[in-house]
Amino acid sequence: MASSTTHDHAQPSPAAPESGESRRDFLLYATSAVGAAGTVLALWPFVHSMNPAADTLALSSTEVDLGPIAEGQSITVTWRGKPVFVRHRTADEIKAAQGVDVKALREPQADKDRVKKPEWLIMVGVCTHLGCIPLGQKPAEPKGEFGGWFCPCHGSHYDTSGRIRKGPAPANLPVPEYTFLSDTLVRIG
Amino acid sequence: MSSAPAPVWNNKLIKWVDDRLPIFTLMHGSAVAYPTPKNLNYWWNFGSLALFVLVVMLMTGIFLAMSYTPHVDHAFNSVERIMRDVNYGWLLRYLHMNGGSMFFIVVYIHLFRNLYYGSYKAPREILWWIGVIILLAMMATAFMGYVLPWGQMSFWGATVITNLFSAVPVVGDYIVSWLWGGFSIDNPTLNRFFSLHYLLPFVIFGLAVVHLWALHTSKSNNPLGVEIKTPADSIPFHPYYTIKDFYGVGVFLIFYMFFVFYAPNFFGEPDNYIPANPLVTPPHIVPEWYFLPFYAILRAIPDKLGGVVAMFGAIIVLFFLPWLDTSKVRSAKFRPIYKQFFWIFLIDCIVLGWVGANPPEGHFVLIGQISTAYYFFHFLILMPVLGFLEPTRPVPASISQPVLKEKA
Ligand code: HEM
Ligand code: FES
Repeated sequence: MASSTTHDHAQPSPAAPESGESRRDFLLYATSAVGAAGTVLALWPFVHSMNPAADTLALSSTEVDLGPIAEGQSITVTWRGKPVFVRHRTADEIKAAQGVDVKALREPQADKDRVKKPEWLIMVGVCTHLGCIPLGQKPAEPKGEFGGWFCPCHGSHYDTSGRIRKGPAPANLPVPEYTFLSDTLVRIG
Repeated sequence: MSSAPAPVWNNKLIKWVDDRLPIFTLMHGSAVAYPTPKNLNYWWNFGSLALFVLVVMLMTGIFLAMSYTPHVDHAFNSVERIMRDVNYGWLLRYLHMNGGSMFFIVVYIHLFRNLYYGSYKAPREILWWIGVIILLAMMATAFMGYVLPWGQMSFWGATVITNLFSAVPVVGDYIVSWLWGGFSIDNPTLNRFFSLHYLLPFVIFGLAVVHLWALHTSKSNNPLGVEIKTPADSIPFHPYYTIKDFYGVGVFLIFYMFFVFYAPNFFGEPDNYIPANPLVTPPHIVPEWYFLPFYAILRAIPDKLGGVVAMFGAIIVLFFLPWLDTSKVRSAKFRPIYKQFFWIFLIDCIVLGWVGANPPEGHFVLIGQISTAYYFFHFLILMPVLGFLEPTRPVPASISQPVLKEKA
């Protein structure tokens, strides 16, 4: 449109017709670009409103008294809405966990890098496949082929260090941040 | 929307309105005069049935929402209160609960009808795409609706499905916590699922309008798969197909009400009558039956990301079907080989559903992998190759021709 009018009337204009055109085009493109960028930026508050809110984020921590947990026993505590497994491992379990060839593991990690004290294994009890809670905390529950935990949802087996050994899960059960406040008191988080 | 001439309105009031907003002309063109192939069989009833179920879901859902509380401490009890104390609450809930299953039965039949008669081919590609988008929106809606009663299956189904997104490289965990609004499925998750569960059915309704717009532009396909060529090939929608569609609704209601009144929990899981417990996973998590084939595909691939890609791929592949099917003939009626593969494919989908309902152990693993492979083989290899190799039977010149020949 713009070009045909300019040519039809063939009026002398201060600038060459092409340069007038490109100035308009430039203004149009620039305005559209700013408008589009602004629209995208305006979407961010909506998207971000769905992320964890400040109160949800406020890091909660959980303290666990290890005193009553006898050797061979486990307890489950809740931390950030998720179960955390605390296991008082037996000497056999520790030996089994340490005797594994680390290089052969799906997620290579030595047992000593997963514990602060070998007899206390503390980890988030959420299967790294699709988030079920593995069985093995109670004596009657199946512990899988490696004597640790077994996830019934799609059949993942974890060993006595909580490392993935068989099944669809891609990673070991994660170890949360934790500190020993005393010999029998642990703060998770 | 229709090629019929605009009607002349004699009633003064109708004419006054129509001159300002041609709503009567629009309705006349799309539901009365709309030229419809005269040879449609009963498989063409399922589109109007889907619309009927959608309206039932909207109605029952809106009234359920008046008594439902989207909070982790109250959701389960509010649904129990609907069942016991709210007048006819049990009826609203059972209509809604079974309506979800009916919706998928009707839409899956509708979809397989399209596969059989090649209705996705030119010029109906966009009509087909909108259908696939509606299917995706229905799946999202039903998934989030199932979370609302906050039973054990609600909670753990939601956990497993939202965790699928953690398979996305790099940003996976970030996406999951964004979906949850926290570090696990919790109150923020329930709140947003309720909001979206309320919203999406209206989006589906809008999509259905666009679906019909595309349909009325290209017109209905038919069992012969040849286009309407002369006025003799078509009949007006009203009264011929209005009455046939109403008849279909009647038969469908007998089926639907059988479940509502005599087997209301047939499609459900008993575990969902146990309140959600974030610390105990039920021994056997199964999704609703309509997701089972996709669940089987997810589990068939022994790799997390691979499984998720295959599961979504199983639906995404449908978008490409109009080009994957290279045959020039639409209807399976004239495609003797495709016709048999169609039934094999249907059986494959049922086998996938059966595998999805069982724990992933023993021979189920292998059967699941074979039927997953066959699912993709059907679309990616068989459909393109068959179009070139298959000797098709002669296609009639018009919709009227076979009828006229029989008479002669
Ligand atoms: C596309 C249409 C829809 C589908 C497929 C659908 C599906 C579902 C499903 C499967 C459930 C779980 C039923 C149960 O196990 O108890 C549910 C629950 C619910 N839906 Fe919908 N729904 C749809 C539309 C709507 C609409 C439009 C509303 C309106 C707000 C709504 C409101 C509710 C409410 C309040 C519940 C919780 C009560 C209950 O569990 O029975 N739904 N929906
Ligand atoms: S969630 Fe544990 S194996 Fe899938």
